[in-house]
Amino acid sequence: MLEIKGKSIIDININGTIKSVMVRPADTLLHVIRNQLGLTGAKNGCENGDCDGCTVLVDDWPVKSCLMLAVEAIGHKIVTIEGLKNEPIQNAFVEKFAIQCGYCTPGMIMNCHGLIKNFPNATGKIIEEWLESNLCRCTGYHEIREAIKSVINR
Amino acid sequence: MIGFDFDYYKPNSIEEAQKAYKDLKSQGKVAIYYSGGTEIISKARVNQIHFDAIIDIKGIPECSIYGFKEDKLIIGAATTLTQISDSAFFPLLSQSCRNTADHTARDKITIGGNICGKIIYKEPLLPLLLSDGEAVISDGEGVKSVPLTQIFDKELQLEEGEFLIQITINKEYIFLPYINIKKTKQGKVDYPLVTVASIKKDNKIRIAFSGLCSYPFRLYEIEDNQNNINNEIKIEFNNIMDFLPSPIMEDILGTAEYRKFVTRNTLDEALEKLGGVLC
Repeated sequence: MLEIKGKSIIDININGTIKSVMVRPADTLLHVIRNQLGLTGAKNGCENGDCDGCTVLVDDWPVKSCLMLAVEAIGHKIVTIEGLKNEPIQNAFVEKFAIQCGYCTPGMIMNCHGLIKNFPNATGKIIEEWLESNLCRCTGYHEIREAIKSVINR
Repeated sequence: MIGFDFDYYKPNSIEEAQKAYKDLKSQGKVAIYYSGGTEIISKARVNQIHFDAIIDIKGIPECSIYGFKEDKLIIGAATTLTQISDSAFFPLLSQSCRNTADHTARDKITIGGNICGKIIYKEPLLPLLLSDGEAVISDGEGVKSVPLTQIFDKELQLEEGEFLIQITINKEYIFLPYINIKKTKQGKVDYPLVTVASIKKDNKIRIAFSGLCSYPFRLYEIEDNQNNINNEIKIEFNNIMDFLPSPIMEDILGTAEYRKFVTRNTLDEALEKLGGVLC
């Protein structure tokens, strides 16, 4: 049985590297990613699972890192926006002007990247279902939808 | 950020989980079982709940099973709503799960957490109530199986130290005609004004509701109050209203009168698809 009592050092596989971090069991993954690892791409928007600005991939599935404890990440592969390098969806966001203020962009891209990885031939219905998680207060949804469609259609 | 400290335990077996709970209790500590954890984290962050330890059941193999075994569908309590909604094992349950929360939340929310949590809607429960599901529960010493219809009354009636391991459904239920309709006030991702789930079995229509009253329920009384004339099942809307187990909910999403209006239209649509008529 895994037991973590009080502040402890745990290993997290993040962006392909094992990192040792000092955490409280009560620390969320978002808190640890931003404050212990300095990866500030995931945004602390609502901290309540509503906005998805903090979305990261856990074993290739998009998850709200504000609703996951860091200790739950043990044994799983975490990818943040900093772990993506020249992925087609990143270029598509630029090409389709799918960025306005940029605050929601890391979460949006991680969710879209997860969708492409899991459903490379996703239909419009699946795209709608996946994208309904993320809020963009600039309301740039049309361009974001176009960006992901351009990658899926390739 | 959660402002208080607690310890984390992730057992690899039911026995380890039971022992961890007992040990913590003997030390005077409050332990809670943890699965997806979305509700626990949200509530802990704003100090609505406090505890000394969590026991994460995701490492217990029995809690992570999702598949058929002989004539039953076994759904481990730690199965995520995404796993269920993306599978075709039990179409009604898949649809109910797909209608719950949003996609990335469903990647974390588990069916056990949803059913055992404090949220009042518990939409994935409706198909399980309709199909006479059984709850497999760790009772602290061993494991017992109890009909969901017996152990669910407003919420899952677990005793202290008990936790949900699995839910089982007889295969015969998963191929029955069904309908699941969720009506929200505005957005697609929202709590329901009313969700109606219904199946047709032995020429009778079973109906379960979420959002109508302050907890989900299956309306058993209506199953004995339907007239089958020339294979057309007639159900009286006034009977349904008379048999409701508690007053219709009234909140920011809708008044009781509005919910009643929406329920009538929703039932009309649902019954028509199952060969029934709402009178």
